[in-house]
Amino acid sequence: MNFIIDHYNYWVVVFLMMAGFYIVISANNLVKKIVGLNIFQTSVFMLYITMGKVSEGTAPILVEGVTEYSNPLPHVLILTAIVVGVATTAVGLSLIVRIKRAYGTVEENEFENKDDAI
Amino acid sequence: MAEFIDLVLLAMLAIVALRIIFLKDLFAVVMLFSIYSFLSALIFVSLDAVDVAFTEASVGAGISTVLMLVTLVLTGRKEKENTHSSLLPLVVVLVTGAALIYGTLDMPPFGNADNPVHEHVAPRYIEESPKEVGLPNMVTSVLASYRGFDTLGETAVVFAAAIGVLALLGVRRRETEDSEEVKQAKAEADFTAHHVLRVIAKLIIPLVILFALYVQFHGDFGPGGGFQAGVIAAAAFILYALVFGLQLCYEVVSPKFLQIMAALGVLLYASVGVVSMMRGANFLDYNVLASDPIAGQHYGIIIIELGVGITVFAVMLSIFYAFASQVGRPNAK
Repeated sequence: MNFIIDHYNYWVVVFLMMAGFYIVISANNLVKKIVGLNIFQTSVFMLYITMGKVSEGTAPILVEGVTEYSNPLPHVLILTAIVVGVATTAVGLSLIVRIKRAYGTVEENEFENKDDAI
Repeated sequence: MAEFIDLVLLAMLAIVALRIIFLKDLFAVVMLFSIYSFLSALIFVSLDAVDVAFTEASVGAGISTVLMLVTLVLTGRKEKENTHSSLLPLVVVLVTGAALIYGTLDMPPFGNADNPVHEHVAPRYIEESPKEVGLPNMVTSVLASYRGFDTLGETAVVFAAAIGVLALLGVRRRETEDSEEVKQAKAEADFTAHHVLRVIAKLIIPLVILFALYVQFHGDFGPGGGFQAGVIAAAAFILYALVFGLQLCYEVVSPKFLQIMAALGVLLYASVGVVSMMRGANFLDYNVLASDPIAGQHYGIIIIELGVGITVFAVMLSIFYAFASQVGRPNAK
């Protein structure tokens, strides 16, 4: 029972990662693939932040009288990762807009054999 | 109690993710993604990651959702039926999931203070950063001072994303390209007749900008900093563009001005490092920026956070302009 409580967070994170992964590899529409990619990314962030949590600790902002803090280093890493994630999402979405303009569709099964469209 | 909240939020996240897999209406998928992002921000708060929660809520539930919705306007709302079999993806996903869960069986218990990740480097930062940098927010002091080089790279990545999006899409300024029907559709699409929206937007936008400035400068003492502030300020102007029309927003904040601002932010950040070098220390060593090292750290951090905030604001708004100006383009639909 203790084992389940200790590891429940990690298992749900793995489930979310796999849900995002499944959407990326099986979705037909490109925009849905990007949504799946973002779900995957966010679940990875949750994994890192889960590892950084200290049970009796508090947010890593110095306060009078508090000695236990959660680990600030994963927070810094994930801050950078979130911003880089939105940057790649923006570029990915603009590529989708261009694909729509070039092929007329963003459904994978409709344009995957139309390589001579442009 | 905290564990119970954690449990419930994670279960809600799993349900949302599962629902997204099976939905065909992409508008609902994007809205569920926004809910997913917001729920993760709540989980981050319960896991003590307040800065991360702030960024995730503003960036994931804010900017990402807006960009996806604009893309949906340009590409269509429904997903068509998938003709590929979904057996192979399912098998791949199950095998990978099983391998990952096998890997997590060896992980240390959640929340334990003796975990390996909390040894060596983290206690050193927690002990020394109030003395060496002098800021209450340890995440800001690590992000802006100890790992300042990484944050310069991150700002450059955001700037590169703006360059990528502007190269791919560009900001269309000329209205003469629009046909008559498109102009008609555009005139109906902006909210000029919705008086309630206009009044509320006029009340809210200055408060949002004020909040963005507060987050920018208060990032040393509480959660916040350049990224969150830039995104919140961009959200204020995006609201303005949505309610009052994109052309009017171009006159308030022109795309050219944003492109210059984006570059200026990165330049400001890098020039702090160059000033440190000119004073005889290493690149981005803030101790030499003032007569007292702690004051030097404070100067350095506030200036680079300003650079980051300027770049992120300009980039997010430029990207929104690039996407939104594609609506109504003759061969986009």
